[in-house]
Amino acid sequence: MEKLTLVQAINLALKEEMASNPNVVVMGEDVGKDGGVFRATVGLLEAFGEKRVIDTPLSETGIVGAAVGMAAYGLIPVVEIQFLGFIYPAMEQIISHAARLRTRTKSRYHCPMVIRAPYGGGIHAPEHHSESSEALFFHVPGIKVVVPSTPSDARALLKSAIRDPDPVLFLEPARIYRSIKEEIKGDGLVPLGEARTAKTGKDITLIAWGAMLQVALKAAEAVQKEGIEAEVIDLRTLYPMDTDKIIESIKKTGRGVIVHEAPLKGGLGGEIAAVIQEKALLYLEAPVSRVAGFNTAIPLPKMEQFYLPNPEGIVEAIHRTLCF
Amino acid sequence: MAVLEGEADHSLLSDFDEKEVKRFYESMELARSFDEKALHLQRQGRLGTYASIRGQEAIQVGAGLALQPSDWWFPAFRDIGISIIRGLPLKNLFFYWSGDERGNVIPPNQNDFPIAIPVGTHIPHAVGAAWGAKIKGDPIAVLVTFGDGATSKGDFHEGMNLAGVFSLPVVFLCQNNQWAISVPRSRQTASQTLAQKAIAYGMTGVQIDGNDVFGVHQTTKAALEKARKGGGPTFIEAVTYRMGDHTTADDASRYRSSEEVKEWEKKDPILRLKQYMKNKNWWTQSYEDQVNQNSQNRILEAVKEYEESPPVDPGEIFDYVFEKPTPDLVEQKKIFRKKK
Repeated sequence: MEKLTLVQAINLALKEEMASNPNVVVMGEDVGKDGGVFRATVGLLEAFGEKRVIDTPLSETGIVGAAVGMAAYGLIPVVEIQFLGFIYPAMEQIISHAARLRTRTKSRYHCPMVIRAPYGGGIHAPEHHSESSEALFFHVPGIKVVVPSTPSDARALLKSAIRDPDPVLFLEPARIYRSIKEEIKGDGLVPLGEARTAKTGKDITLIAWGAMLQVALKAAEAVQKEGIEAEVIDLRTLYPMDTDKIIESIKKTGRGVIVHEAPLKGGLGGEIAAVIQEKALLYLEAPVSRVAGFNTAIPLPKMEQFYLPNPEGIVEAIHRTLCF
Repeated sequence: MAVLEGEADHSLLSDFDEKEVKRFYESMELARSFDEKALHLQRQGRLGTYASIRGQEAIQVGAGLALQPSDWWFPAFRDIGISIIRGLPLKNLFFYWSGDERGNVIPPNQNDFPIAIPVGTHIPHAVGAAWGAKIKGDPIAVLVTFGDGATSKGDFHEGMNLAGVFSLPVVFLCQNNQWAISVPRSRQTASQTLAQKAIAYGMTGVQIDGNDVFGVHQTTKAALEKARKGGGPTFIEAVTYRMGDHTTADDASRYRSSEEVKEWEKKDPILRLKQYMKNKNWWTQSYEDQVNQNSQNRILEAVKEYEESPPVDPGEIFDYVFEKPTPDLVEQKKIFRKKK
């Protein structure tokens, strides 16, 4: 297969799933004629028609709320929220309805829908376009949260998300939409809830997801020159989290650094660190470190470089952990 | 006042026969008897907080009987009249208002959602189901019911807007009962009527007397039929009155006058229908007694079923978060079982 960028891989997954299942419907602002502001839905309208590729009014609550009803009716809506920072009006629909429809009806109804949203900083976008609020959704029972970090995974995970019978928030790291190209391998699906070892190593475990995976890999490369072998774990699915994979790696290396671009406060790093100390305390040679964004709003483009974790910051955390 | 004496304007009357009128009456009576029983049970500590529908029986019965079984309905929390007509077992209503999760389970042959507690948030769900029906080409209609307070919410406006833009088969039925807890209709909106809001969304809006079961039935039925035939959405404002408190946790005398309540008591929809039936010679005391007895029997049977049901296995809370429990849920359920 040809080499694709992450956004092209998403487009491919949508095309494949829409072709194989007539119940899959794509809806959102600008997803039709325009093909999405990032072009993730380009060509779908021509291929599948207006009934299944729906350009909606500007209406986050309405779109997500209607998707709940559509899903209960028997369709599989794949909703695009243009940027994660614009999802907040729909939070009530996601938390109070999509996530708990199955629970509150004891599976009489369920909500097989996917909400796709580009997320994260580093794309020099205006205010509110660089949010990394995955922890808000991770905290909500009843919703799965998926973040691919490679084109192959983006395709495979999105296909799994569409086939999943429960609501999935699919966060697309906008910063790497076009920066990596790779050959898309096989037709295989990646099951939700399985992490991936992006690089093996024995000295320290780096845990990352989304755009931060590349940053963590760069840091691992940098310390390799000093003879430090870092293992890098790409979580891929934040919820359900593959804690087995994390613990297995920590038991091997005895040290861990978690990297995320969301604010440190209440971020997933804290959750992961807690799981590690609960399940592998006696294997730890040093406290688990976190490299994350500050507890501030994500700054406007001219300052975001000071906010986002970089390889140097991760290298520093690796040194700190190893020298403890 | 002629209307209140049961004098109908015959030019507006459809030809409901005795059997149909009696069905309206019997359904309204059952709903009210249920309501009264629920209030008693709550006071005796045998039921949790409950939201009375007293005064709104004409809307709920009129609209409920206009639905076809294949139609979908999305209720708010003050809608037991329609629930009963749709066939929800009465014990489910007791389960729900006692805080038992079994109350939310809709029978498999019934296309309805469970009650939505957040105000108005179920309106987009109805729109989505209607959208689904349109995409699939199913000739069904969707009814969504809500109160005047819901028209102040964004969900109402976004739902109405989508339904208008995509000409979806959905009927929005607002039970304007004048009060959203303590806030009067005049504080919800400065617009003269709620019905006129439909104009802004490019759909028909009608205001009707919500205490007239015939009018509600005919209007809703026509709107649902129009929707089923691809004629798009309709917004109905049915003007009525919440004769009771907001819920059993509320005391309406704090914010509204007894004169106002008394005025509306004269317009009681059941009283009105009874007057009409008397004028038609379709009502006798023994008929009323028999209807009442039937209602009581059904309700007492349901109370018995509800109170004698074995408790739910609390381990079930882990079973319905996802189709397949995630590893953390499996682990938590194991720990929970051990503690028990």
